[in-house]
Amino acid sequence: MINVEHLYKSFGKNEVLKDISIEIKQGEVVSVIGPSGSGKSTFLRCINLLETPTEGNITVASVDLTDKKTNVTKAREKIGMVFQHFHLFPHLTVLENLTYAPLKVKRISRAEAEEKGLALLERVGLSDKQDAYPSSLSGGQKQRVAIARALAMEPDLMLFDEPTSALDPEMVKEVLDVMKDLAESGMTMLVVTHEMGFAREVADRVIFLDQGLLIEEGEPHTFFNNPQSDRAKDFLDKIL
Amino acid sequence: MNLDWSQIVPYIPFMLEGIWVTLQFVIVSIVFGFIIGTVLALFKIGSLKPLRLFADVYTSMFRGTPLILQLMIIYLAVPQLTGYDISPFLSAVLAFGLNSSAYVSEIIRAGISAVDKGQTEAAMALGVPYRQMMIDIILPQALKNILPALMNEFITLTKESAIVSTIGYLDLMRRGQVVGANLYRNFEPLLFVGLIYWGLVMVLSLLGKWVERRLSKGD
Repeated sequence: MINVEHLYKSFGKNEVLKDISIEIKQGEVVSVIGPSGSGKSTFLRCINLLETPTEGNITVASVDLTDKKTNVTKAREKIGMVFQHFHLFPHLTVLENLTYAPLKVKRISRAEAEEKGLALLERVGLSDKQDAYPSSLSGGQKQRVAIARALAMEPDLMLFDEPTSALDPEMVKEVLDVMKDLAESGMTMLVVTHEMGFAREVADRVIFLDQGLLIEEGEPHTFFNNPQSDRAKDFLDKIL
Repeated sequence: MNLDWSQIVPYIPFMLEGIWVTLQFVIVSIVFGFIIGTVLALFKIGSLKPLRLFADVYTSMFRGTPLILQLMIIYLAVPQLTGYDISPFLSAVLAFGLNSSAYVSEIIRAGISAVDKGQTEAAMALGVPYRQMMIDIILPQALKNILPALMNEFITLTKESAIVSTIGYLDLMRRGQVVGANLYRNFEPLLFVGLIYWGLVMVLSLLGKWVERRLSKGD
């Protein structure tokens, strides 16, 4: 599903990602963890080209995103993304947020878009909020709407960029529950997170980045109980 | 005090007609200026360097010279150059529209930059093309933020429109002067058109407040 080969990314002289290679299979749930500044968000943002890689190749669903001939806008339709700060469209209602891209980008009919939108709202438990504006929602509700908005485009995979980091503690669970449900439905997911519980329980694989390098990857149980590298040990000691 | 309001009564219809004359080219100028200003703003935030440079030079020229000079150049100097006998109306619309667009472009540019960058990213991540994103997502949010500044610009344009009286265009201002010259009394007609200008601006302000309220429904 995702194939990253020798990815490098620099901002000016600052090398943020150094030679990252990884393959992610269809239906796999991968957690990306690491200290702040390790490049994990940049890594995620490279996968839908919100950041342009300095070097390397990224292939998503057999489309080579780093090929200059690829229509990146088109390719992004198939890659859902959820942001730390939600970024819902504040001037649109919840339902309009969900139907906007399907209507304008996929050009499906309004009836179909609304039907799908309502089904997704039900799935994230917010059926009663369809006509509300984002400003009236709590953080957890906003993030669930944001997930539904991304799903409305029927993506092949979903990227999550620290989806619970901006939430009050009591709202973290409702968002994680939606993500867990999504993972169980077979969605391919790449999740940058500080929620070790989620990484441990839901992820099929954990990758650990530090200072732009992919230090370690492995099955969560092994990684958390028996990290191989000193840096991962050090990191886990600090947070667990 | 020798005020005699009864003397201007026969001239009232003549002066009131000026409202429509003024409104006509003010409205056209506002719309014209707003459209050009939006395009210039998009040039300024765009990635094409020549367009950016053009928009910057344009703005600095139209903001850096007096409006009355621009009006004179269009009305008096352009015919000398081209032989085309330009009408006062067209001159006025061009001068006010082009001048206003320079200010409007700065206001809109600021409004667009003030929209959270995450909005752009969210739209991009959904596969929304640039043009569509600007029209549906970024500009509506930018407009909401800049409405007071934009209203200010429209009010200024409405009042500054009196400058067209200098090229013999029979607008509200000019009509006040004509009546004053006829009667050898200036206070009454000038005060009269002054009140009309004030009324026009009040209507414009109220309109702005109403639009502002409508746009803030998402807050």
